[in-house]
Amino acid sequence: MTFYADLAYLISAFLFLAGLKQLSSPATARRGNQMAALAMLIAIAVTLVQTEILTWTWIITGVLIGSLVGATAARMVKMTAMPEMVGIFNGFGGGASALVAGAEFLNLQQAGVLPAGPGSTIMLAMLIGAVTFSGSAVAFGKLAGYITGNPVTNNFLRFLNAVLFLFIIVSGVYMVGWDPDMTIFLAFIGVALLLGILLVNAIGGADMPVAISLLNSYSGLAASMAGFILGNMVLIISGALVGASGLILTNIMCKAMNRSLANVVFGGFGTEGATADQIGAGDKTARSVDAEGAAMILGYAQSVIIVPGYGLAVAQAQHDLKKLQDLLEDRGIDVKYAVHPVAGRMPGHMNVLLAEADVPYDQLYDDEEINDQFKDTDVALIVGANDVVNPEARNPQSVIAGMPILDVDYAKNVIIMKRSLSPGFAGIDNPLFYMEKSMMFFGSAKPSMQDLVREVRELD
Amino acid sequence: MESMPIMLVGLYVFILATLAGKEVITKVPPTLHTPLMSGANAISGIAIIGGLIISAKADMGDEPIVAILGLVAIIFATINVVGGFMVTDRMLEMFKKK
Repeated sequence: MTFYADLAYLISAFLFLAGLKQLSSPATARRGNQMAALAMLIAIAVTLVQTEILTWTWIITGVLIGSLVGATAARMVKMTAMPEMVGIFNGFGGGASALVAGAEFLNLQQAGVLPAGPGSTIMLAMLIGAVTFSGSAVAFGKLAGYITGNPVTNNFLRFLNAVLFLFIIVSGVYMVGWDPDMTIFLAFIGVALLLGILLVNAIGGADMPVAISLLNSYSGLAASMAGFILGNMVLIISGALVGASGLILTNIMCKAMNRSLANVVFGGFGTEGATADQIGAGDKTARSVDAEGAAMILGYAQSVIIVPGYGLAVAQAQHDLKKLQDLLEDRGIDVKYAVHPVAGRMPGHMNVLLAEADVPYDQLYDDEEINDQFKDTDVALIVGANDVVNPEARNPQSVIAGMPILDVDYAKNVIIMKRSLSPGFAGIDNPLFYMEKSMMFFGSAKPSMQDLVREVRELD
Repeated sequence: MESMPIMLVGLYVFILATLAGKEVITKVPPTLHTPLMSGANAISGIAIIGGLIISAKADMGDEPIVAILGLVAIIFATINVVGGFMVTDRMLEMFKKK
């Protein structure tokens, strides 16, 4: 029986990997996700058949409650709120693994001694799981706007983190090596939860894409550790896959912001660098344009590249943007989208929002693909983006020096739809706004976009 | 030859799975990074297996704490599994129509 169960687990693990492989193309991605779901179903079925079950009541209760909550959330969530949903779901994954570790601790602890192998994996699963759980709750709070997006960090808190981490190591080693004391274990859990809160609270709102990618990775690692505790390979494998995925995305996000992971986690970015006298200083003036003027420029262009940013997502203006794209294409204008990796609030977020508005994915380009096309483009239309189009990144003295940007300033005309001249997350002025070819179209993205659509429609 | 201890086998599996995952996931295009993440969310719900194993052997009367931990683990993990796969499917459906 165990042989067949292990064989079925192997099939499940293979399907997880094969499913992820299908995600390499939008055409096959949906089937890939379904393969992974099938893999999960197989793993659950095998476990239920193979394990001797005393009572079904609580298992069925748990699955019913979880399915109801999960299905409701999946149906109701707005695409703009995907970062919040993924943020809180990371926490559930980590939390589940931590609870498994806690239960195994209770089971083993009665013997008086923790075997070193399971003991150390219990401590690791509990630590990573608890940090993921409380950290994700904070990330969710920041993304949903319940807690301040400013990084909360100072020397005292950094010192406190070090002390707490030291406690984790010492108490963990003590419990595994000497005495699995219940009080110490509870303290261990409390400190791990506190660490999660402090670590994520120290990360600024603009860096949340990195934070949730990292927490995503942790939730997988925690599941892997739970697999070590139970000696279950399918848990180890799928946990490792999630761990790898989260780490890759973390890396991509850090690169897109030209920051090291250490700088994101400990840097407290966003508090410094922004000084009032740097912003709007001097005699620089920005030219502004109204909807009618912008419509004329766009309507008589031959090629337009649209650069959507976070402001578009907040204003939910992606559907109106799609209308603009259709009108321009009806006039025979070539329209492309340039999407920066950190344009949304999580990796790939902007692509999902545009897909929701029926923008075909083959019209979306990332910075490397499209940057050398700006110089042959008549109009770059920037909607609610700032730092990712700031040419200051090419200035080695700037705080954003070296950050990969979209080279919109090479286009013949630049129209910037934005509420004001205020700086973006990086807190620095954007010289693009004051260039001769630039025009500011002030206003909130949605009404402005609607005005623009109306004006373009009236062109002949 | 003696067989390897299960911890060591686990470590082999963990390292190889991480490398295989890295190969496969590096090829996911930026367009699909959000569905990748929510799909990974669903997969990390694999911890449900742990919850099931715990719940199967814990009796609410004898060991109420273990049983409750198992129950909550199942609830958390199921939210991940069901919510994660469903919302990913919802997103990927939008990518399919052209």
